[in-house]
Formats: sequence, C-alpha cells, structure tokens
Amino acid sequence: MPLPPLPDTAIAIGVHADDWRAAVRAAGDALEGSGSTTADYTGRMIVMIEEFGAYIVIAPGLALAHARPGPDVLTEGLSVVTLAEPVSFGHPHNDPVSVVIGLAVTGADEHIHFVAELANVFNDASVIPAVAAATDADGIRSLLGANALAERELLS
Amino acid sequence: MKIVALCGAGVGTSAILKVTAERALKRLGIDAEVTATDVASVRAVASDAQVILSSSELVEAIGKTNADVIVVDNYFDLDELTQKLEVALG
Repeated sequence: MPLPPLPDTAIAIGVHADDWRAAVRAAGDALEGSGSTTADYTGRMIVMIEEFGAYIVIAPGLALAHARPGPDVLTEGLSVVTLAEPVSFGHPHNDPVSVVIGLAVTGADEHIHFVAELANVFNDASVIPAVAAATDADGIRSLLGANALAERELLS
Repeated sequence: MKIVALCGAGVGTSAILKVTAERALKRLGIDAEVTATDVASVRAVASDAQVILSSSELVEAIGKTNADVIVVDNYFDLDELTQKLEVALG
C-alpha cells in the first residue's frame, strides 16, 4: 500500500525550531495544512511525548510524531519537516533530530500497510540524512516514493 | 511464539517495530506472531509473550514480566533487531 499523498502543504523544509515542542508543532501544522488533521491533533502529539518520553525518536535523527486516532484526524496523513538546526528530544541514542515525520491515522488497522512502506523506505540508512539535506518538496517525495496527490486524484 | 512490539500509542512506532521484527524473524527462520500494542494494554497483551520489543524510554512502563525485554535503538535497523532477537531466542 502506497504512502498517503504528500502535497507541498505537508512538507516544510529548513524549519527553525527552538525545541522539540516547536519541531513537533511544525509537523502538526503541516498535517493540518494538508487537511489531514485539526489543531487539536498537534497538541495530542506533544502530550504523547510529555507522557511517554522521546521514544518516538525511532532512528538516528528521525522522530515519528503521532498520537492515537481521534475525531481530530480528518483523513490519514503524513507530513515531513526538516529542521535547519537539529534539536534534542532527550533520546539516549538517536538525538539530535533533523527530520520529523508527522503521522495521523484514522484507525489501528488500515495504517499498518503504509507504515510498512515507511519501514521499507527507511530500512536504507542513507535516506534520513538525504531527507534532512533535501532542498525541495519534490526531492523529499522522490526519496520517500510518495506522490503529491492521492491515487484517486492522479487517476481522475 | 508471541512477540509484543510496544509503543505509547500502539499505532505508530510499534507498527514500524512490528514490520521490522517480522522481517528479522523471517531472516532467522523463526515462526512467531508479532503484536503491536500500547503502554496501557501491554501487561494484558504480553502476559503470554516470550519477548517484548520496546524503546528504552518505555521499559519502566512494562513493569514485572516473564518475557525477555529487548530494547531497540533504531526501529528501522534490520541487522540490530535480527541480532538482538537471535540472542534472546537462540
């Protein structure tokens, strides 16, 4: 199953974030901007980290910001934020973070397919630094194998 | 055999861990069921599990368990997970 569409509105490059909260907020803003979530979801992603710690920093330099499904998730979505200056999330091994991926899912089951696709993409260790260094949205889409539009829009 | 992949929400990082773990188990030729779960339900879900995969941050939340707890640093690193699962299950 392909990744959800990654329109320009879901991508922010070279964001200046003072701390991890600002970095996660940028990923939430991008999810909101692409129409995937409302602002409440961004707050819930931050609460997840306040509650459980920096475990969302799942690989060197990469944070997967997300929260549980909820009414603030309008449609499943993905956002990508690259940081101008890497920020620390407080993870013992994988800090500092230069790429934040925002993930919003509507239920536990359907998203596993595109999460598998994310695992495929990032199984190549060179992808995270390449995304961090990308200078435009097309470059990031190409690295992730994502499209700007949903498949149904591409077909129409 | 049952293996549990743990994360805070049960829908994001644990799902990635599940995918990587299934690949590592395939590599090792081990037949096991991998279940993604969250902190709130880990005790119930992991009561009959051999292995719990987790981030170092969440180890405390697991509490007492008979399962081997494997701390995973890089959730995408198939080599790391294969090696750690081999040690735990071998």
